[in-house]
Order: sequence, then C-alpha cells, then structure tokens
Amino acid sequence: MQELFGILESLDFSPLWISLKTGLVATVLCFFLGIWTARWVMRMGKRPKALVDGLLTLPMVLPPTVAGFFLLLIFSMRRPVGEFLYATFSIKVVQSWLGCIVAASVIAFPLMYRNARAAFEQVDIELIYAGRTLGMSERRIFWRVVLPSAGPGVVSGTILTFARALGEYGATSMLAGNIAGKTGTISQRIAMVIQNGDYATAGVWVAVILIISFGIVFLMNVFADSRLKNVKKW
Amino acid sequence: MTLEVDIKKRLNGFTLDVAFSAGAGVTALLGASGSGKSMTLRCIAGVEKPDEGRIVLDGRVLFDSKTKIDLPPQKRRVGYLFQRYALFPNMTVLQNIAAGLSLEKDAAVRREKQSSLLRRFHLEGLEARYPRELSGGQMQRVALCRMLAGEPEAVLLDEPFAALDSYLRWQLEREVRTTLAEFSGVSLLVSHDRGEVYRMSERVCVLNTGKSEPVVGTRTLFERPMTLQSALISGCKNCAAAQIDADGNVWVPAWNLKLACPPADGRAVTHVGVRAHYILPAAPDTENAALCRITDVTDDVFSRVLTLMPPGAQAPLRVELGKEDAKGFFVGGEAWFALPKEAVMLLGDAEA
Repeated sequence: MQELFGILESLDFSPLWISLKTGLVATVLCFFLGIWTARWVMRMGKRPKALVDGLLTLPMVLPPTVAGFFLLLIFSMRRPVGEFLYATFSIKVVQSWLGCIVAASVIAFPLMYRNARAAFEQVDIELIYAGRTLGMSERRIFWRVVLPSAGPGVVSGTILTFARALGEYGATSMLAGNIAGKTGTISQRIAMVIQNGDYATAGVWVAVILIISFGIVFLMNVFADSRLKNVKKW
Repeated sequence: MTLEVDIKKRLNGFTLDVAFSAGAGVTALLGASGSGKSMTLRCIAGVEKPDEGRIVLDGRVLFDSKTKIDLPPQKRRVGYLFQRYALFPNMTVLQNIAAGLSLEKDAAVRREKQSSLLRRFHLEGLEARYPRELSGGQMQRVALCRMLAGEPEAVLLDEPFAALDSYLRWQLEREVRTTLAEFSGVSLLVSHDRGEVYRMSERVCVLNTGKSEPVVGTRTLFERPMTLQSALISGCKNCAAAQIDADGNVWVPAWNLKLACPPADGRAVTHVGVRAHYILPAAPDTENAALCRITDVTDDVFSRVLTLMPPGAQAPLRVELGKEDAKGFFVGGEAWFALPKEAVMLLGDAEA
C-alpha cells in the first residue's frame, strides 16, 4: 500500500492527458470523416464500392506497425510530402503530437466508417423519401432524419473509435515516437517502463487503461440495451 | 387541375409503361401486387426516375426526358402518404407536422398554420407525443396532416390501409375519404383491394404487369369491365375465352355453352366473364340454363361457394349463393343453373 502511494506521488501523469487529448481529437476527426466517407461509399457502384471499402478497411486488419511504416513513408522529413509540409506550413508530423493524432486517426478510422455505413444502410428509405416529398433540404434530412435514425450505430462507432484511438501503440510509436510529455501515450509508457523492469508503474498504467476501456464498453452496452428494447433472447 | 403521366421505366422482370390523366378528385391505380403501382407513384413524387416520358401537373412540367426536366421532389408540391406512414420516429407530432411546412419560410405563418392544422386533424393534446406513443388512427391523421401541411397540388396514397385489420380499416378509410373530399387537388390512390377502390375512388386505371389501361369510371369498371384484365382485377371469378356467333350469341368452348348476351356493338370480343353471385339456380327451360354437376361445395364466411361443371365442359363455373339458398346442393348432385343474359360480360383484350 505504502509502495503504491509512493508510485502515485512520483508518477508523471502526462501520458494520461496525452492519450486522452489524442483520443478526443482523433475521434472528432474520424467522426466527421467517417460519416462523410460512409455516405460517399454508399453512393458508389458495386465494384468500386468493394475496392474502396477494402482500402478503407485495411488499417483495421493490418498490423498497426505496417500502417506506421506507410505513414512514415509519407510524412518522413526526408520524403517529398513531409518535406513540403514542413517547408511550406512548418507542419511536422514525425516525432510530434500531430503524429500521435494522425496515427490514432488512421488506425481508428475504419471503426467509425464501417459502423456509420452499416447504420446508414439500415435507415428506412421511406423516411428519406418522406423528407424529400415534404420539401426538406437534403442537408436537413441528413441531420434531422438519417442521423437520429442511425443514432445507435453511429454512437457505438464513435465510442469504439475513441477506445481504439486511446490505446493505439504500433503506428504511434513509429510515427510520433515516445517523447515524454509530448508524444508519450499511456501504451508507450507501459512498454517503456516494462523494458526498464518497473512492473509497479506499468501496473498502475495498465489499471488506468483497463478502467477507461472497460468503462467505455460497459457504457456502450448500457446505452445500446436501452435503445434495443425489442431484442429477443435466443 | 390535372395530372398527366406518360412514363416508361425498366424494372426487374417487366417494363413499367403507364399513361393516364387524372383530374381533381380521387383516381385509383388498381393492380395486383408487383404490377408497378408504387413505382408509378414514386416516379410522380420524384423519388424515383423514369427512363423516359413526361409528367405534368397543372401545366407545370415535373419531368420530361426530352427536355431534360427533372424537378427534385422538394419542388414538385406532391404529397405522399406511405403505407406505414413513415412518420419521423425521433420527432414529436408537432415536429413531424412542422417538417411538412419546410417550404414555409416565415416562422409566424408557420406557427399559425401548425395550430390550425392541429385543430383540423383533431390532434390537439398530442403535440408532444412521439409516433410510437400513438394509435394507428392517430398515426394516420398525423401523416395526413403532415402531407397536407405544405399545401400540395396532388397527393399520392400508397396502399394506406393495407397494414390494418378490417375493423380499424373501415373507420380510417372513412376519415381519409372525408379528408380527400375537402382536398381540391388531384388524389391518386394505389391499391390492390377492389373494395377499397370501389368505395374511395371516382375513376380507376387498371395496371397489368406494368401496363396501364385507359381510365374509366369506377362504377363502370365493376359493372361493365371492357377487358379480361379489368374483369379479373375487379373480382370476376368466371372468365373464359369466347367468340361471338353469327346469330349474336356467344360461344364459350371451355364451358361448352352457347349463351345469349348483350349486343357486342362491333367490339372485338375474346372472352366472357360472369360474376359468381349472378349465376342462380333456375328452372330447366330458362334462357342460358344448363344442367350442371356439382363438384365442390365450400363454406365461406357469409356465403356458400359451389363449383359447377356444365355438361361436356373443361373448366368449372364458380357460383356464390347465400347459405339459405345453397342448402339443397351437395357434391355429386346435379341441378339447373342459369347465367342471366345481362350478367354475361363481353370482354376484349387489353392489348387490342
């Protein structure tokens, strides 16, 4: 007990804030991008849809380090895009907090996109037709009819996106690195302290991640249950 | 106020080819399920696009494939009543109705219209309820109210009573009838139920696997259908191929009967139809009577249906009698039945 208080007193809490900030920003980005992409893919023909959907889902099925490798290829300061971004806008993705966001967003994006699309595809088309014949603008139909109808799916997609972005490790460590107080997320801190043999500190961070992640999934289940009253047990 | 429709659209398995013109009042589109009725309505509303053709409402061109006019549904001023009402589940009654006033930009006018609509459709007190908290009848009233809120020039009703049980149906049908009677524009009712069409509409257009027949008065369709297809859809149980003889009688090979009939007046007759409840037990020397063998007796709710085989016939006749009148008839028995001359309907082919 004494030991635990000692660890907590001397603990650097920066990984928690960095992870939460990264998770939040990545979730907001993925939310809008995922919804927009879902709408775009839904309007496609069969073949292009299969192709684009496959590409967009890749980050979910590939090892995160592979995604990290591609991100490095794009954003490395020794490559055209990275060099251009730094020279023109002073934007540095590699070894920066922006890198954390990019890595987390890319890895978590498929969760948002796929959940949003599945939810949109289940919306009763007659509701949309009704909105149109009533003179509602397409934008209004989307925000007032489609989104509320697809609500549960979109919400669970958003929560999963946040959970995934919060815990991202592989791509982040390659792109953003583990700079304490800047890009050092919880998962990177855990890996680091374990390498140093500091299992007590690792345990504290593991507990933090466990509590947050389980809390999120638990909340999501409660939310989904209250929405799906008619689901039968079988 | 007229709605002129002349459109073609390729669908799974058949081509929709509909041409009709509807004035103020209720015009019905009658056809079996899958005959393209709902698709026709959707094309008129603008949520589906015909391959070619023209749709004109009160002089306004809504769609014309030649001049590439295709007004979005928002600008057509065509109301649509969906079979399951399509009320927005996340909006209250008031918000649903307000959605129907989307085109009204002035907030004060909108509020005023809302409250007068609530009164007119007896929805006061339900403003804050969600659709799932309403009864079937209330849901329909909200849907009607929402549809008419934007003051459309035409309304389209897509099988509005199909999902209801018969008791509630009767009452809701009456409400819709009253509402449509007050509506000055064009009403189009889509249905596969001939009773509904008979009660609700003044004119009817029969749709037969995507092909429309000329619009006729509803009474006319049921009393004197002109084609085999309209006779079948109007519920005629006995139809058979036939030809007019030189003496003006009609020869029906399938029933092995030669029947006296009303004059053909030069029409091309390919079939005859006789409604089941017009065939009656008769004395042997009656006109159009035959000694028939009874091959089946089926009890229906309020009547008894006999299946008859005239001598030498290949196809049976179906007869519907009151339970009392049908008492003496049993399977295997023989009895004289007559097909009264004025009940013999001479039918042509829709293609002709």
